[in-house]
Amino acid sequence: MEEGSFKMDVKDIKMDVKEIKQDPFPGLVEPTDDGAILVTKLDDVINWARSNSLWPLYFGTSCCAIEMMQTGASRHDWSRFGFEVARATPRQADLIIIAGTIVIKMAPVLKRLYDQMPDPKYVIAMGACAISGGPFYYNTYSVVKGADHIIPVDIYIPGCPPRPEALLHGMISLQEKIKHTHNGQQKRA
Amino acid sequence: MNNEELKSAILAIQPAATFDESGEFLNVHISSELLLPLMLELRNNKDFYFDYLFCETCIDWKDHLMMVYHLTSKSLKHTLVVKGKISNRDNAEIESVAGIWKTAEFMEREVYELFGVKFLNHPDLRKLILDDYWTGYPLRKDYSDPVNLIEY
Repeated sequence: MEEGSFKMDVKDIKMDVKEIKQDPFPGLVEPTDDGAILVTKLDDVINWARSNSLWPLYFGTSCCAIEMMQTGASRHDWSRFGFEVARATPRQADLIIIAGTIVIKMAPVLKRLYDQMPDPKYVIAMGACAISGGPFYYNTYSVVKGADHIIPVDIYIPGCPPRPEALLHGMISLQEKIKHTHNGQQKRA
Repeated sequence: MNNEELKSAILAIQPAATFDESGEFLNVHISSELLLPLMLELRNNKDFYFDYLFCETCIDWKDHLMMVYHLTSKSLKHTLVVKGKISNRDNAEIESVAGIWKTAEFMEREVYELFGVKFLNHPDLRKLILDDYWTGYPLRKDYSDPVNLIEY
């Protein structure tokens, strides 16, 4: 690869990051003498609020859950992006992170938890097992070959297990996805 | 007791036993019908006193099944592996040792669901982890499931 083209790539990536960070609130603020006028779309505001307060459900079935805990802990700290209110009940959660292997006996439990979550709800498949069965794809009698056989998945995060940075990237990608969704077109199970 | 003393002591109570010392522990091979009397002796004889069954599992050798019992004595500090050969694969049966070591109860339930070995005189022989409606024995070499199992 030529040196020049490599530098161009890095520059492009930096511009992308800057673009995202320059868009904190979707709308126009017009200052007036005694305050301001806000012009925006309701869809955008709702999505903005929704994407920045995703409440994940604890659903760790194997070693990916260790990385998920680490993502929530102080070094990586997912509360920086609005994920800190992890719930132990699906009734209060709107994001399920499938962190681990799903076996055939666990499948109905996962389906029930998903059904109990209020709409709108989102699903992240974290790690090789949740994506495809991973190392248990061949010659196994008990493992479901991918969580998307059971519930619809929004974001797939590869890795075995993925590092906390990868999980954070996946979660931020989900936020981006939510911000660009029309509320009338929410996915239904 | 060391391995040589164990060998001669076991031969004294069960002459049909054969031995294998290639592994980490001394292995005793015996047919499944002769297993229970030997196990009772190993547990209750003060010279053996194998009071701890730390592993019980099964091996599928395609033409026969083999139960494997890892025994150790906490006071006498010796360890022994007993292997019971089950020749009849289609109707595999062996005496339960759950009456001797309580821990065998769950390990035998696991072997029962995964290998299809029927344990005679077991107090509660049900499937342990698999669903109750499960058919077939997943850890047997000839197990196949065209829906869920992708063979490599």
